[in-house]
Amino acid sequence: MERRITIPMDRETAASLRTGDTVYITGEMYVARDAAHKRLYELICEGRPLPIDLENETVYYMGPSPAREGRAIGSAGPTTSSRMDKYTPALLERGLSVMIGKGRRSEEVKRSAKEHGAVYLVAVGGAGALLSERITGSQVVCYEDLGAEAIRRIKVKDFPCIVALDSEGCDVYESRES
Amino acid sequence: MREFDVSKIAGAVAEMCERINHELSDDVSSALRRAAERETSETGRSVLSMLEENLDVAKEKRIPICQDTGMAVVFLEIGQEVSLVGGYVEDAVNEGVSRGYRDGYLRKSVVADPLERVNTGDNTPAVIHTRIVPGDRVKITLAPKGFGSENMSRLYMLKPSDGEEGVVRAVVEAVRAAGPNACPPVVVGVGLGGDFEYSALMAKRALTRPVGESSDKEHIARLEKRILDEVNSLGIGPAGLGGAVTALAVNIETFPTHIAGMPCAVNICCHVDRHISVTL
Ligand code: SF4
Repeated sequence: MERRITIPMDRETAASLRTGDTVYITGEMYVARDAAHKRLYELICEGRPLPIDLENETVYYMGPSPAREGRAIGSAGPTTSSRMDKYTPALLERGLSVMIGKGRRSEEVKRSAKEHGAVYLVAVGGAGALLSERITGSQVVCYEDLGAEAIRRIKVKDFPCIVALDSEGCDVYESRES
Repeated sequence: MREFDVSKIAGAVAEMCERINHELSDDVSSALRRAAERETSETGRSVLSMLEENLDVAKEKRIPICQDTGMAVVFLEIGQEVSLVGGYVEDAVNEGVSRGYRDGYLRKSVVADPLERVNTGDNTPAVIHTRIVPGDRVKITLAPKGFGSENMSRLYMLKPSDGEEGVVRAVVEAVRAAGPNACPPVVVGVGLGGDFEYSALMAKRALTRPVGESSDKEHIARLEKRILDEVNSLGIGPAGLGGAVTALAVNIETFPTHIAGMPCAVNICCHVDRHISVTL
């Protein structure tokens, strides 16, 4: 099934998504990858406040190339999600509801996502030029010192993804591989 | 002796960094375009058509094909009748990488220390492999390598008794384990023989051989074909979402090895298999 969806996504919409669906997302989301996740995780472990509010938020695992003049962002495809697995359950506890990346997730992430009604979507890896065309705005929010790994807020329009893990825990990779 | 100013190396490397991150070589791009004909899954075909469109957008609008513009791997073949002047050759390579990644709006993905992890800011240093070869030419091959697929690479110290079956099993296992993480359809570089580190180096070099060009050794060419067929029957498919096209090519390089061993390195590369050479 193909659907157009706006974010922030309410839990009802999230619950209606099915693994394998193609979704086109419009709205605003955070961008964070390895180094930013590590910092957020350490803050959570220390019981300190986070620089961003994750309640009902979407996080895209991505580190863009620099933008040329006149463009919102450079190449902007997904990075491998499993490197975020260690930090993800703590973020889901804080209200994170949609994750976008590529590749498989750990059993622990799957369990935690199901428990919180969160979904995991994948974008096509290695299609960074094309995906950047669906990003209309981008701003560094914090951790600027991390360069390509800083946390950003981006605006997307009809950003194409496939549901890889729905709220019932059905995994696209398990259902498709022989 | 032919005097050769290393500043020419810096210039050539800078230009190649920019170019290959925006435009794949013909062998890879046409293999990718042809793959759609073999793809049986609808999702697979739609992923492949996105990848084709991505190549067009990247070239036209000068946006890198993938945001992971890689760690720069450089193979230098320096003729032994060449006398390098004007500075240290590795500095020249790094200067080229630094310039190419800055001017080409490429991502800087290198950290100075594996544990401290502070970005070097200009994507240097490159990984440089130098060979002294006959003649008076300098050949530079650049292969920027993304780490989604690099992380899924493996090295197996097989035993002689494992034979061809063992090699097939090892490579297929590596591709299966890589699954969606390596951004399939992948190109598989295999280094068979030599010793521990040489097999890994051959596997990386195998990725710079054009897609569609088989080994010149007949039994190895047969093995490449056999492994490619087995890998494509795994069902991983484009983007790992299921389908018939899991790999575009399996390239195997071999070298004599010890009576007691059969090292087999598997270097997996995504569909953004960037390689470009120039001879000066
Ligand atoms: S594995 Fe290749 S295509 Fe995938 S994100 Fe890395 S460089 Fe890009």
